[in-house]
Amino acid sequence: MGKLRTLTRRTFLVGSTAVAGGVAFGIYRAKAPFENPNLAGLPEGAASFNPWVIIDAEKITLIAPHADKGQGVFSAQAAMIVEELDIELDQVEISFGTPDKAYMNGALTDAMVPFPQYDYGKVAEGARRFAGGVVRAALPIMGTGGSSAMPDSYDKLREAGAVARETLKAAASQQAGVPIEGLRTENGAVWLPDGTALTYTSLSAAAAQIEPVTNVTLRDPSQWRILGKPMERVDIVAKSTGTLPYGVDHKTDGMLFATVKVNPRQGGVLISHDATAALAMEGVVDVFEITGGISVVANNTWTAIQAANAITCEWGEATYPPEQDAHWTALSASFTDDRLNAEARNVGDVDAAPGAEVIAEYRSPYVAHAPLEPLNATILVSDDRVDVWTGHQLQMFAVDMVAKITGVDRDNVHLHNQFIGGSFGHRLEFDYLKQAAEIAMKMRGTPVKMTYSREEDFAHDFPRHITMGRGIGKHENGKVTALDVQIAGQSVMTSQMSRIGFSLPGPDTQLHEGAWDYPNLNLPNIRVRSYKETGLAPVSSWRSVGAAPNGFIYDTLLDETIHAAGADPLMERIRLMGHDVSVKVLETVGEMCGWNGHDLGAGRGRGVAYVFSFGVPVATVVEVTQTERGIRLDEVWVAADVGQVIDPVNLENLAQGGTLFGLGHAMNCEITYSDGMAQQSNYHAHESMRLYQAPKVNFTALENNPKIKGFGEPPVPPAAPALGNAIFAATGQRIRELPFNKHIDFV
Amino acid sequence: MQASFTVNGTVRSVDVPEDMPLLWILRDEIGLMGTKYGCGIAQCGACTVHLDGMAVRSCQVRAYELDGAEITTIEGLGTPEAQHPVQEAWIETQVAQCGYCQSGQIMQAASMLANNPNPSDDEIDAVMSGNLCRCGTYPRIREAIRLAIQKQGA
Repeated sequence: MGKLRTLTRRTFLVGSTAVAGGVAFGIYRAKAPFENPNLAGLPEGAASFNPWVIIDAEKITLIAPHADKGQGVFSAQAAMIVEELDIELDQVEISFGTPDKAYMNGALTDAMVPFPQYDYGKVAEGARRFAGGVVRAALPIMGTGGSSAMPDSYDKLREAGAVARETLKAAASQQAGVPIEGLRTENGAVWLPDGTALTYTSLSAAAAQIEPVTNVTLRDPSQWRILGKPMERVDIVAKSTGTLPYGVDHKTDGMLFATVKVNPRQGGVLISHDATAALAMEGVVDVFEITGGISVVANNTWTAIQAANAITCEWGEATYPPEQDAHWTALSASFTDDRLNAEARNVGDVDAAPGAEVIAEYRSPYVAHAPLEPLNATILVSDDRVDVWTGHQLQMFAVDMVAKITGVDRDNVHLHNQFIGGSFGHRLEFDYLKQAAEIAMKMRGTPVKMTYSREEDFAHDFPRHITMGRGIGKHENGKVTALDVQIAGQSVMTSQMSRIGFSLPGPDTQLHEGAWDYPNLNLPNIRVRSYKETGLAPVSSWRSVGAAPNGFIYDTLLDETIHAAGADPLMERIRLMGHDVSVKVLETVGEMCGWNGHDLGAGRGRGVAYVFSFGVPVATVVEVTQTERGIRLDEVWVAADVGQVIDPVNLENLAQGGTLFGLGHAMNCEITYSDGMAQQSNYHAHESMRLYQAPKVNFTALENNPKIKGFGEPPVPPAAPALGNAIFAATGQRIRELPFNKHIDFV
Repeated sequence: MQASFTVNGTVRSVDVPEDMPLLWILRDEIGLMGTKYGCGIAQCGACTVHLDGMAVRSCQVRAYELDGAEITTIEGLGTPEAQHPVQEAWIETQVAQCGYCQSGQIMQAASMLANNPNPSDDEIDAVMSGNLCRCGTYPRIREAIRLAIQKQGA
């Protein structure tokens, strides 16, 4: 990383366009000549150099289009721009901007080609560029997901800042009659050789009149002022003083409050209802049917929820087997040729490989997203426009959904993206938004805030897909010789894409992600096959998606085989790992915890696990103690390689949080169905982890990966197998089913 | 019913159903949005406020219990310009990720430290385990509480 690169090789000037007295400059990648959305309505004397920077006489506004659901990208995106713009974070305003294809996510296609993400060879990289071009031309997706915000933003946002800086310098040069070589930039101003400072805002009108400067060179990380060093997140004070407005806090004059009660048998119809009691309640404004259920509009959220609870409904059947056992039975019967999703990897000959066998079956259940901010949206349908206040990860699709329901042209649907109080994937979904749009249509002219009760949120989650794994590990002479892994799962991509109106064009890669691309390149015999089921409960991407269940299955089978071989769990993983960046990650986690020479004594144990996901190798060691009342988690060590660290504080926070998220759900959480309904209705039945169970988490970030990678998801997958492997080391009990608390107690 | 009580030093009078929870009176009647709805059944702690100096789940306190009460919400504990020591510690430690639970975490921690200026690790675990954080910021919450203890002792 860190080579000086000039932009001119890879980009060209799209041109400057005179609009409303201002001028906007565009510099884009050659294949993405999208118009700058900031040009529309740009006031006199203001300049927008590209979709991310707007400067007028009063202020500097940066657009940070990626959705922030807690991972900190609002801050990180702005930091990338200000690093090159030579201004401080507290001198700019930051906005989520307007949904537009100019903000298409250029990194989403990295995972769409049939090459593992550790393959940076010419063929793999060429395929990624090709896929990117196809998607850019056919369906430019603005979206936040797949841990892609950092790789998507890293070059283009620094470029956006550099172009703005150099153009402002050119404007200052012209205005002051001083050669550009004598100018420097600092603290939001261009400085003349005589020490005079021309603020960027004072230069906006002049900058709007000149050709943009695009021949810019990005700074080497060794020159960075802000990036790579601990920074204070721009939202941290507001989030610590109760002053940050989330979508659920939106307030507007004349607003009414709504909630919904939709068939808890997902996808089923409403046959009939009786709202007599609800309508008699003080403060209830209206009760009416929406798709699949009922909505209540009231003068506060509590009254709406009380009234919804008072409505009796007769519900139709679910679209999937009503009882949980049938879901497992269906998966169990899915390991057949006609259900084959992909033979994702086949090296050597697992059937002919020598050695004694370990045979095992694994289960990973449905798990809820359950972000703490319940799903909500405020919508106002006016005569000629629709305004939507909600936090969403797929902003343009969200606009399309609302446009379709309200019948208003999508150009007149204005989505004001909001800070999100957790998502874990749920804010990729649209049901709550469509329901809010139906309500707003009925209440045309009145803004209505629709909020799910927690119970509705659990009933209408699209949980993590259910997965079953079958594996055979072979070992001989103290070494692992073969791994044969089969994974059957409810297809998460088929389910998710069907709700946006697409069919999945090929195999569901999430059914083998985290297993097929486990880079144990020194293992001579390996086969990974996945099998697709589509008839079970509707499911959606849950933080790290396929890598969580598949990583648990693959790494646990590996651990079992290593133990059967009598080898050291860390040393044998390193021996099998043919990927240098990953070897270093494993060695680092070993050094951090003092893997060698540390006698833990009776009733204590350590487990190591490794999963490669979203381009990031992560190794996790968990240490546990068996107490009289159950297993105690003592301490955790995590090493990962993200290529380039943007903010070490936030990265550590994500490592700690993602690890605890993975551990908590592995210990304590599942969604099960009975009579077609999720049996878990609130946090008492699905609480993940509480503070008393949280161990200390030590973290080391490495930067050997050839490209920058995101870290919202990668810490999650290795947590579950590391804990399972630790429990085995401490107790001799091998647990092959999540959540672990079905088989063992935790303290 | 008519209920009169003090919120962050200001006397408030509201006309609401007698069983309406304080959480929703604060949010939808008074318009103080820093106190969050997470579960409605005292399982998450996101709605924690101080009632006569004690940390309570505002989703469980009803209008009929409020007459004459003194309520402090996150907005009354401190402000961005004049932070409470616990808020200072939370900011310096950079605890928040999504941040949605942190109003409740901070109100719970401030109440704990007001009653017990130097809690043990076990006491911190016991008092803070009613507040759920889905993002997993617990290691930083522990760290911030330790820092707040130092600040308040200083």
